[in-house]
Amino acid sequence: MKKIAYIAKYCHIKGNTVSLDQDILFKNTSGDLGDFMKSAYKHFAIEYPKFFKMDRLSKLTFLAAEVLLGHPDTSKEDWNLAVVLSNRASSLDTDRKYHESISDADNFYPSPSVFVYTLPNICIGEISIRHKLRSENSFFIFNAFNPGFLKDYSENLLHTDKADEVLCGWVDVDKNSYEAFLYLVSSTGKSVHTEQQLTKLYRTP
Amino acid sequence: MSELKQELKEKIIEQLNLEDVAVEEIKDTDPLFGEGLGLDSIDALELIVMLDKDYGIKLDDPKQGKTIFESVETMAGYISKHRSR
Repeated sequence: MKKIAYIAKYCHIKGNTVSLDQDILFKNTSGDLGDFMKSAYKHFAIEYPKFFKMDRLSKLTFLAAEVLLGHPDTSKEDWNLAVVLSNRASSLDTDRKYHESISDADNFYPSPSVFVYTLPNICIGEISIRHKLRSENSFFIFNAFNPGFLKDYSENLLHTDKADEVLCGWVDVDKNSYEAFLYLVSSTGKSVHTEQQLTKLYRTP
Repeated sequence: MSELKQELKEKIIEQLNLEDVAVEEIKDTDPLFGEGLGLDSIDALELIVMLDKDYGIKLDDPKQGKTIFESVETMAGYISKHRSR
């Protein structure tokens, strides 16, 4: 018999606000996305200089994971937490930046540190390094948040013992638009992991 | 030479996004990699691009970087000898 999966907790970052479950943890309406993420980093007292080298998609993913998972737990050395993320714009935000750096033949200096972020799944790598995860991971592209697919995929990982828990969700950055909705699928939690519940939580303002 | 070292420290901080590092914290002989500033392999590539873009120095062999990028002092010494701009 398949075990019931639960949504243990969820984090939303959108509209200059960071929230965990339904509680607003941080809000800062001044400045652009970069300023907002920097102020959130300082607010949560995160000490991880590599954060400042990341592109905007990885920074957003990193912050949401940090709020959801907390600072790395060194006692969880073999934490089998799979990571399944998705978005609409892939790495387009950084692709554009990189394209600008190679579009002038007379000033052709491609940046290695920008180039390394021209894949969307690099953000999974960043949180895997941070939390020392050596687990299953996937990044999918959809037109919009796809709770049905993510539910089936993450539960398959749990039911086939590929993972003990799954960090799942949507993280998208494109020009001035951004949103992160990450949630932890686990064997315990307040709400049952259903497509309807995910849709409801995702739409929660 | 001291002006060049100061310039290099500012460029390293800005281009490698060393947000929490101040110019005065970087000593001329501090190792840039490992226990010093803790730069990584991508930073090394970024420094190679910087040599080309800002000083007109093309490194044929990236392995040269190991000695050139040992510290700000070694970088400044190499740039002074080989710069074309």
